[in-house]
Amino acid sequence: MKGAEILIESFRKEKVDVVFGYPGGSVLDIFDIIYKSGLRFILTRHEQGAAHAADGYARATGKTGVCIATSGPGATNLVTGIATAYMDSVPMVAITGQVPTRMIGNDAFQEADITGITRPITKHNYLVKDIDELPRILKEAFYIANTGRPGPVLVDIPKDIQNASTDNKYPDSVEMRGYKPNYEGHIQQIKKAAEMIMAAQRPVIYAGGGVIISNGSEELTKLAGKAGIPVTTTLLGLGSFPSTDDLSLGMLGMHGTKYANLAVQDTDLLIAVGARFDDRVTGKVSEFAPHAKVIHIDIDPTSIRKNVNVDIPVVGDVKKVLAELIKNIKKCDTQPWLKKIAGWKKEYPLSYGKGGLKPQFVIEKIYELTRGDAIITTEVGQNQMWAAQFYKYTRPRTFLSSGGLGTMGYGLPAAMGAQAGCPGKLVFDIAGDGSIQMNIQELTTCVLNKLPVKIIILNNGCLGMVRQWQELFYGGRYSSTILNSKGPDGEKGITFCEENKCHPYLPDFIKLAGAFGAEGVRISKDSEVIPALKKAIESDKTYIIECIVDPEENVFPMVPAGASLNEMIESMA
Amino acid sequence: MKHTISALVENKSGVLARIAGLFSARGFNIDSLAVGETQDAAISRMTIVVRGDDAVLEQVCKQLNKLVDVIKVQDFAGKDFVDRELILLKVSTDGKTRHEVLQIVEIFRAKIIDIKAKSMTIEATGSDSKVDAIIDMLKPFGIKELARTGKIAIARG
Ligand SMILES: Cc1ncc(C[n+]2csc(CCOP(=O)(O)OP(=O)(O)O)c2C)c(N)n1
Repeated sequence: MKGAEILIESFRKEKVDVVFGYPGGSVLDIFDIIYKSGLRFILTRHEQGAAHAADGYARATGKTGVCIATSGPGATNLVTGIATAYMDSVPMVAITGQVPTRMIGNDAFQEADITGITRPITKHNYLVKDIDELPRILKEAFYIANTGRPGPVLVDIPKDIQNASTDNKYPDSVEMRGYKPNYEGHIQQIKKAAEMIMAAQRPVIYAGGGVIISNGSEELTKLAGKAGIPVTTTLLGLGSFPSTDDLSLGMLGMHGTKYANLAVQDTDLLIAVGARFDDRVTGKVSEFAPHAKVIHIDIDPTSIRKNVNVDIPVVGDVKKVLAELIKNIKKCDTQPWLKKIAGWKKEYPLSYGKGGLKPQFVIEKIYELTRGDAIITTEVGQNQMWAAQFYKYTRPRTFLSSGGLGTMGYGLPAAMGAQAGCPGKLVFDIAGDGSIQMNIQELTTCVLNKLPVKIIILNNGCLGMVRQWQELFYGGRYSSTILNSKGPDGEKGITFCEENKCHPYLPDFIKLAGAFGAEGVRISKDSEVIPALKKAIESDKTYIIECIVDPEENVFPMVPAGASLNEMIESMA
Repeated sequence: MKHTISALVENKSGVLARIAGLFSARGFNIDSLAVGETQDAAISRMTIVVRGDDAVLEQVCKQLNKLVDVIKVQDFAGKDFVDRELILLKVSTDGKTRHEVLQIVEIFRAKIIDIKAKSMTIEATGSDSKVDAIIDMLKPFGIKELARTGKIAIARG
C-alpha cells in the first residue's frame, strides 16, 4: 500500500469519522486519496480552525480529533491549536506534510522543522523517514494520543513517503518499552485515602478536567453523595459534577464562587481529583487550603507534588480509583460542615447589578432555555468566566473552553468541531467581540457544512478582561483595549450604518453574518433576549446573536493574581 | 546542588533534543551530557550533569520518565555510583619541560598518545576531581587544546 493510503486506512481502523484540515503542495497525495475515500473531510478556512475543531470534536465526543495540514505555513498554523490541546490534555492526532526526505534540512520551499517546533507542545511527535515504519507509527500515534493522560501527537510525513509503498500491515497492537500508562491506583493508598476521608470533619472535593477525560463523572457523583462531601470544580472540571446538586460549590479559584473559596480555605481534607493545582485555582500557593491534608488522585505522576505538598498520592485512572474508593467508604457525618456551607451559599450567591443589558443575564437565559442540555464553548476573557459562572453544567463534555493556554479564537472552531461530532446537539459559542474576530473565517465552514452553531457575541466594545485588569490595577489606563468604533478620528466615531439605527461598531457583525451566509440579529434589551434565543434555537442555520452589553461590566468575585483565596474583590463598590 | 542523571533511551533521532528541551525549558544549564549506545544497540545511555533546585529536578526527572522514548531514569544524587570522564589535552613542551610533563602523566596514570617537537597530546580518564587535577597541573606549561567527553556514570553493584 502507498503511504497516503496507509494513512486513510489508519483513520478507518481507528474509527475516525471526521477529519478537519487544509490542503497544500506537500499533502496533495493524501488529499488525492481522500477524494476517493468517502471519508468525511471538513475543509476549514485556516489551519488553526482545523486544530481547534479537532480539539472541540475530541472534547465533546471523547474520541481522538484529527487534523491535517500541509508543510511549512500549514503546519505552523496548527501550532496554537496543538498547544491548546496539549495544555488541556485533549487527544489529537495532527498530520502534517513535509518536503521530500532528500530536501529536509535544506530550507526547501515551504519547509519548517515542525517536529522541532512542536516538541514542547506535543505528547509525542514523529518525522517519518522510512515508509516501512509508517503503519507502526500511525498506530502508536493514535494509541499515545488517547491513552494515559491524553494529548496531541504530531506525525510529519514527507511527500515521498506518502507516495512510497510498503507491504507492512497496520498493526493491531503496540509495543513500546518507554510508554506503559498505569491505570490501576495502588490499593493500599486508596484504603488509606478512604480512612482519611472518613476521619475528616470538613472535607472538600476539588474536581478537575481529569474527571471528564476519564469518564469518571458518575463515580464522582456517587462518591460525593455517599460520603456527603461538597464538590468544587475547576474551569475544565465544569460538568463533571452537576452544578444543580446541593453538594455543588461551583467553580473555585480566581473567578470562583466565594463559598467555594471559603470552603477550600477552611477545609481539613482536600480531595483533588484529576486536577493539577493551576495557579488560577490556588492563588498564592503557600496560603492555599492552609488547614488541609491533601489526597491527590491523578493519572499523571508529574502532576503530583508539582505545586503543593500531598499527603496521599494515588496515581491511576480517576474513574477506576474513584470506583475503588466508593467501595471503601461509608457515609460520613458532614452535616455541621454542610450547614456552614449552606450559610455561605445563602450569604454570598453569585450576582450582578442592574443597568443595560447584562452579559450574565444573557447566559442565564441560555441556561433557562436549554436546561443544561446544550454544549457550550467559549472564547477567552470575561465571556468565558461568565459562561462558567452563570450557566449550570450538569453533564460532562458540555463545557469546552481553553483553560490551560487561554486561547482567544478557540470557541468558534471548537463549537464547529463539537457540532460535527454531535450533530443532534445544540451548540453555542459564547464569545467576546475581540475573540470572535480571531477565527471568524470559520463561519464559512459552519455554513457550508450545515453546522448550525449559535454564536452569542457579548459585545462590550472592548477586550473586556484586559480592560478589567487595567481598571483595577493600572489606574484605568485603557491601553489598546477599546475596540469600539471611536477610531483614529476620535470622539466622532464611525457612523457607517446610522441610517439603519444600528450599533456603530466595526465590524458590523450582523452584516458579517449575512456575508458569510449565516443569520444574525442584534439585541440590546433584556426583553429581546428570550425571543432572539428562541429564534436561533429553532433555526437550522448558523446563527449570530450580537448582544450589545454594558461595556463597564466586570467579572466578580475576583482573587487578584498572586493573592490568597480569602482576598476576594466582590464588586467595584 | 549538582545532580548526575542517567537515562536509558531509545536510540532514535529527536530524543536528545526532547530531553535537552526539558532542562532548557526551565532555564537550567546542562554542565555536561554524554550519550552512547549500550549493550543493546537500540538503546542509548545519556548521562546528564546539571545543577539546580532539588525539587525542580525531581520534577524534571518525572517529566523525563514520561517521555515516550525514555525507558528508565535514575538520579544518582545520594546514591552509590561510579563515574568517569575522558579528556584529550594538547600541552606545550620543549626539551626542558618534556620530562616534567611525562612525570605528571605517569602519576595520574594518563597516556601520551601523540608527541611532537613543541607539544604532547595526553589522554586521561577519571572522576571530575582527577581530571580537574591533571588539567591544573599541566596548565603552567601552556594548554593549547582541550577536549572533554563529559561524564558517564553507572550505579555500583
Ligand atoms: C490569542 C490571545 N491573545 C491575547 C490574549 C490575552 N487576552 C486575554 S482575555 C483578552 C480580552 C478578550 O476580549 P474579548 O474577546 O472581547 O472578551 P471579553 O473579555 O470582552 O468578554 C485578551 C486580549 C489571549 N488570551 N489570547
